[in-house]
Amino acid sequence: MDRVVYMDHASTTPTDPEVVAAMLPWMSERFGNPSTVYSLGLTGAKAVQDARESIAKAINADPEEIYFTSGGTEADNWAILGSADAHGKKGRHLITSAIEHHAVLESMEYLAKRGCEVTRVPVDGGGLVDPEEVRRALRPDTVLVSIMHANNEIGTIEPIAEIGRITREAGVLFHVDAVQTAGKLPLDVEELGVDMLSISAHKFYGPKGVGLMYLRKRTRITPLLHGGGQERGRRAGTTNVPGIVGMAKALELASVRMAEDAIREAALRDRLWEGLSAGIEAIHLNGDPVRRLPGNLSVRLDGIEGESMILMLDMEGICVSSGSACTTGSLEPSHVLLALGIPAEDAHGSLRATLGRSTTAEDVDHFIKVFPPIVDRLREMSPIWCANCVCKQRN
Amino acid sequence: MYSELVMEHFRNPRNMGVIEDADGVGEVGNPQCGDMMRITIKVKDDILEDIKFQTLGCGAAVATSSMVTEMAKGKKLDEALAISNKAVAEALGGLPPAKMHCSNLAADGLQAAIKDYRERRQA
Repeated sequence: MDRVVYMDHASTTPTDPEVVAAMLPWMSERFGNPSTVYSLGLTGAKAVQDARESIAKAINADPEEIYFTSGGTEADNWAILGSADAHGKKGRHLITSAIEHHAVLESMEYLAKRGCEVTRVPVDGGGLVDPEEVRRALRPDTVLVSIMHANNEIGTIEPIAEIGRITREAGVLFHVDAVQTAGKLPLDVEELGVDMLSISAHKFYGPKGVGLMYLRKRTRITPLLHGGGQERGRRAGTTNVPGIVGMAKALELASVRMAEDAIREAALRDRLWEGLSAGIEAIHLNGDPVRRLPGNLSVRLDGIEGESMILMLDMEGICVSSGSACTTGSLEPSHVLLALGIPAEDAHGSLRATLGRSTTAEDVDHFIKVFPPIVDRLREMSPIWCANCVCKQRN
Repeated sequence: MYSELVMEHFRNPRNMGVIEDADGVGEVGNPQCGDMMRITIKVKDDILEDIKFQTLGCGAAVATSSMVTEMAKGKKLDEALAISNKAVAEALGGLPPAKMHCSNLAADGLQAAIKDYRERRQA
C-alpha cells in the first residue's frame, strides 16, 4: 500500500507544520507553568493571553469570554451540565436536536436521568432543524437550547442565527457545538446570537487535546473541573500552553485561507460525487444537497454494509469512515441517519468521505476508480442484493 | 482491531457464493441489524460435500462466514452441527469483544442449513 488517500478530515486533521513549530518552544525551553510568578512561567502566561486575544478576535468575542478546555467534548459537557446546574432555579427543561454529537446527547441524557426534561426537535430529510420547531418547544421553564452548527456525519449546516434570534427573544441560553465549523466557516458569536460555543483544535489542523468554550459575559455557569483557579476560577487544571498556542495559530491560518479552501474542497467533493454516482448504481446522497460543509460527502449504498466498504477501501489506501454501527461496536445504526428518516437497513450501508487541505484531484479520481469494483464485490457477496430486482426498484 | 487471520479471510473469503440446487439453506441475521448470512449446502452420504455462503455485514461477519465453511466442508453432519460460534471465533484467533455478540452468527447459519436439509428429507 504505497498511496494513502486521507478522506476523514471530519474525524481529525494532520497538525499543520507551522502550528507544530509554534508549539515546540512551549514544550521545551519555555516549559514553565503560567500560573507562577517567575519569568519562565510568565512568558507562558503572556503567550496564552496573546492566543486568547487572537482567538477572541477571530470569533468576534472578548478575550475574557474565551475558556480553554481539553477539547470539544469537555466544552459541550461543561456548557450543558454547567448551565443546567447554574440555572436550575429557573427550570429544568432543555432543548436539543435529534442529530447532535454524542457529547451533547449523552450530556442531555445524563441530566434527563437526574430530573431534567429534554426535548429533541426533529430534523427534515436533509438534516435541517426548523427554527420554528425550536420556538414551539420553548416553555417557561426552558433554560437551554443546544443545536450544532454543522453535523459531523452529513455536514448539514443549521440555521443558527435564526435560532439565536428566537432564544434571545425568549431569554433562553443558547449553546452551539461548532466543532465541525470552526476554521471552515466564519464564526461570529454576535451574528449567530449564541451564549456558548464549543470548538476543538484538531478539527482545523491544530493539535489534539485542546479546545475552548466561548461563554458570553455575565452568563452564570457551574464549573465542571474543580481545583486551581485557572481560567478565572471556572476551569481548573494546569494551562495547556503548547496546545493553546497551537490552536490560536491554527485558527489564524484557517482564517486566512478559509474561503479558498471551501471553494476548492467543494469542487473536489462535487467531482467525487459525480464520479461515484456515474459509476455505481443504487448510491444515494445523505444530508442536505445545498446547505452542507464544503468537504463533506455522505452516501449510502443499497445491499452492502459500511464497515466492509471501509476495510476494502483501506486496502486501496483510502481512509474514510461510516455511519455504520459496527465501527463503534453497537448494533444501532447512526442516530443521525435514522433521524433523517433513513431505514435502519439502509443506514448500515453508509459511507462518509470528508475532504481537506491535502486532498487532490488525483485522490478523488483514485477513489472513483477503485470504489466501483469494491461495491460490485460486496454486492456479489450480499444475500440481499440482486442485480435485477428489489434493490433497483427502490431508486 | 482485527487479527491477521480475520483480515485474511475477509480479503480472500473461502466458499463464497450460492449452490443453486442446494439440499439445505440457512438464513440468519437481519439487514436491520446490519448483519445477515445465507448458507447453502450440498449433502452426500451424511457428509457436507459442498457449502457456500453469502454475507451482508462487517469484517467479522464475512470472516466468520468464510471460516465456518472451511471448518465444516467434508465433515459429517453431526460433526458440523457441533461447531459453535465460539469455536469459529477461536479458530480466527479471536474477535473484538463488541463483535462477539453482533457479528458472530456463522455457526448458527450452518446449523439452520443442516436443519433445513433434515426437514426436507423427512417431508
